[in-house]
Amino acid sequence: MGPQHPATHGVLRVVLELDGERIIKAEPVIGYLHTGIEKTAESKLYHKVVPLTDRMDYLAPMSNNLGYCLAVEKLLDLDIPPKAQWARVCLTELTRINSHLVWVGTHAMDIGAMSMSLYAFREREHILGIYELVSGQRMMSSYFRIGGLMKDLPSNFNREVQKVIDLLPSRIREYEDLLTDNRIWRNRTTGVGILAREDALKSSITGPMLRATGVGYDLRKAIPYSSYDKFDFEIPTRTEGDTFARYEVRMAEMYQSLKIAQQAIDGMPEGPFQANAPGIVSPPKEKVLNEMEALIFHFKIVTEGFHPPEGEVYVGIESPKGEIGYYIVSDGSPKPYRMRVRPPCFINLASLPKLCEGGLVADVITNIGSVDIVLGEVDR
Amino acid sequence: MSYNKEAEKFIEEKFGDKIIEKIIFRGELTFIAGKDDIIDILRSLYEDETFAYNFLTDLTATDWPDRKERHEVVYLLFSFKDYSRVRFKVRLREGERIPTATVIWDSANWLEREVFDLFGVHFEGHPNLTKILTPDDLEGHPLQKDYSLTYEIPQFSHNKDQPPEVT
Repeated sequence: MGPQHPATHGVLRVVLELDGERIIKAEPVIGYLHTGIEKTAESKLYHKVVPLTDRMDYLAPMSNNLGYCLAVEKLLDLDIPPKAQWARVCLTELTRINSHLVWVGTHAMDIGAMSMSLYAFREREHILGIYELVSGQRMMSSYFRIGGLMKDLPSNFNREVQKVIDLLPSRIREYEDLLTDNRIWRNRTTGVGILAREDALKSSITGPMLRATGVGYDLRKAIPYSSYDKFDFEIPTRTEGDTFARYEVRMAEMYQSLKIAQQAIDGMPEGPFQANAPGIVSPPKEKVLNEMEALIFHFKIVTEGFHPPEGEVYVGIESPKGEIGYYIVSDGSPKPYRMRVRPPCFINLASLPKLCEGGLVADVITNIGSVDIVLGEVDR
Repeated sequence: MSYNKEAEKFIEEKFGDKIIEKIIFRGELTFIAGKDDIIDILRSLYEDETFAYNFLTDLTATDWPDRKERHEVVYLLFSFKDYSRVRFKVRLREGERIPTATVIWDSANWLEREVFDLFGVHFEGHPNLTKILTPDDLEGHPLQKDYSLTYEIPQFSHNKDQPPEVT
């Protein structure tokens, strides 16, 4: 099955061994999108790695940026001003909704609910509008930079986000009306692709897939980063571990994300949007044009970069797919000696045989969809 | 989030001379162990109930061609008890083999295949140690430091007759 198959969400090949309609063995074959991002990062200055991270999980660019920036900031021991942290929280939560919307749309389309994808992509457009508002880019935003944000939030940011927050709950409820009690949806998802809790833990599953098996592990609560401990939200969990449970977890997460985004814009602090770290954070453009020192710093950052201390750090954050972690090894040079991405999709996809084996051919599509993969990140 | 100090003491006392070195940087705890001991250490941490480092967050490697022990295989463990992490590293000479961690975690299967594919580290006892990311006809291991990045000059009408140039 695959690699060019519309329901594999990219180029994934699954070698299936069948006995009639039953699956005896399923073996995912990946690597079709391998672009060597980890290798490329080793030849770039720390700043210039940020746009690479967008291109892994292209449905959640902001989460990827955030993980990378937090890792470098930890390496440099930088303090990030509250305004940047709040903006990061708000935007990563919108990213989560963005990713889940595409997921529910494509997953439902795979199973046969064609109209879902049209609705979901319609709503996603509003979030892409926010991306464009802050960064000028709809998908590859690269808005989070080492030390803060690319530029200050626009003056109408709160208003525009508020519009999205007001609009989405009723729309998500509409999707639930379409799917949750739909008999076809229930029959196709309940009891399909069951992943037991022990198996999930042994397979290092993270994200909604793990939470659907009853483990309330979410890095936003477990190891709060970027001031997540100052926000009030819940971690939705289910215990069934099947496709329907994963659906319920993701739908419930969208409401929680909206709740966090609302708190973020309500409590958005005043102040700078970048850390005060000359030599690491680029000075504002006006200063570069008018002040000698700022121009020198700007020139040095662009040409030479900065020299972080020798050492290695790991930072994991809760991306929509699971724990995305950045392991950065520095040898004191301005380029990362090694940048390892702990890819949630790659590790979650490795459990696909467990979901499929013993099931029916028709459910392979359901299982691939419910793992929620982006092949750009699986292969990197 | 800093590391768990009790766990640090516990690991040092329990494994004693099996630990070659301890590194603490930015609140992250790293131990370096020998390749023959690593699976024993990981397994007893997996089975231990007090600190419960039983979740393999990541398994990766780094490459240091100038060192005598060229490869470093990195295990990152996580505990659901107090949400702390601990990292173990094993240093290997070129061509040395390391026992597989698939006997403990299923997730080590693909992660070790990735390390094998990109770094050329062999895992002894792995059920299916084959390439995973790179094409079958690619030689070498791209994440090794001496594997250089190449750039192929795109072909246009003005240079379409010349053979593709790789620099």
